[in-house]
Amino acid sequence: MAEAKKVRIATCSLAGCFGCHMSFLDIDEKLFDLLAWVEFDRTPLTDIKHCGPCDVGLIEGGVCNAENVHVLKEFRKNCKVLVAVGACAVTGGIPAMRNSVELRACFDEVYHYGVGLKNGMIPNDPELPLPFDKVHPIYEVVKVDYCLPGCPPPASAIWQFLTDLLAGREPKLAYESLHYD
Amino acid sequence: MRRIWALSMSLKPSFSLDGQTLAFLSGQTIMDAALAAGVYIPHLCHHPEFKPHGSCKLCTVKVNGRNVASCTMPAAEGMVVLNDTPELNEARRALTQMLFVEGNHFCPFCEKSGNCQLQALGYFLEMLSPHYNHFYPQREVDGSHPEVLLDRNRCIMCELCVRASQDVDGKNVFALGGRGVHTHLIVNAPSGKLGDTDLAVSDRAVQVCPVGAILKKRHGFEVPIGQRLYDHKTIKDVQTGDGHG
Ligand code: SF4
Ligand code: SF4
Ligand code: FES
Repeated sequence: MAEAKKVRIATCSLAGCFGCHMSFLDIDEKLFDLLAWVEFDRTPLTDIKHCGPCDVGLIEGGVCNAENVHVLKEFRKNCKVLVAVGACAVTGGIPAMRNSVELRACFDEVYHYGVGLKNGMIPNDPELPLPFDKVHPIYEVVKVDYCLPGCPPPASAIWQFLTDLLAGREPKLAYESLHYD
Repeated sequence: MRRIWALSMSLKPSFSLDGQTLAFLSGQTIMDAALAAGVYIPHLCHHPEFKPHGSCKLCTVKVNGRNVASCTMPAAEGMVVLNDTPELNEARRALTQMLFVEGNHFCPFCEKSGNCQLQALGYFLEMLSPHYNHFYPQREVDGSHPEVLLDRNRCIMCELCVRASQDVDGKNVFALGGRGVHTHLIVNAPSGKLGDTDLAVSDRAVQVCPVGAILKKRHGFEVPIGQRLYDHKTIKDVQTGDGHG
């Protein structure tokens, strides 16, 4: 019997801390069940650098610089279903706490006045992505199909969400799996 | 005799809420009557101990086909009120989302998380994202008081602290100033600083804030995440249960 076509998933972290990816790995042995259904495109696990045509894209982190936007748009273009995973993708999260401080003041603090710094210098290599003056959730930049909040979303929420989605059900979280923190 | 009793029963004023008959006392609002009967109508700026403010509109219900704020609308004989409908809950969710984007709510960073009524309403209404574009407004944090922190980033302008300070504490520490999107919480002191007022940490005004805008200093995370008010119980269960929260 021919194997059913696997669902292709891509994941990435923009302005995030990889905590959501860690929480994803926290589904532990259920990863094996998942692998019977899915295969991975670009993710930090496969080290594929660019996202190809996929069924599902999971995005961790908000948008804080120009590179984030390029990656996000590549995902949107290639993924049938795009999911904002975690507080930063959904609200900007902890990185967006810098939104109340001017970008220049942030850089000065980090590169000039930080503890133990002497003769500081703000990096301006052209290879570095252009930082934005504010951090935004991804749905303010591209259309997002689903949001899965939490910092990070618990493994149970990620599992519930993925199994619902893969089974063609409208994802629904149990009360205790829906968290903004 | 029996007939008179039956007559007086039928004369006791009542209205229908989602098809359930609720009796009320004259002077009660729809919200009062619902809370007394243990029926939950979502609300944020309302607290049963204080006079209604009618600003957040979370408590909007449909009365005879029209939207009204149930915390300010007097109950009336024969009213037909709709509360728990998909349409109203969707509107409530949109209002909750607007409250989130209008302030700076970073729940993972907030001491109130798990005890917060705004957040709990988000959970209850199954709000998965703030949906609208964030304002990320500039708001002032006031740490001048030795025992109380005021973080306006999380203030939802419910005026509960204003009412509590005036009506219960017999002081006048807080007020709302400005209009529309510029509305903000003012501290009544020439310096505008909390440390220059007669606010005491034991004041009702400090306890009543439904969100993490007014916090007691040095009590952070005394109750661990996971054991907080709304961690396992919905705001509906809490507010129709033993305490209002
Ligand atoms: S006040 Fe409530 S909604 Fe706002 S950040 Fe704190 S927990 Fe979240
Ligand atoms: S500080 Fe708290 S109680 Fe006072 S208006 Fe703001 S949200 Fe309401
Ligand atoms: S609870 Fe009625 S308007 Fe806020």
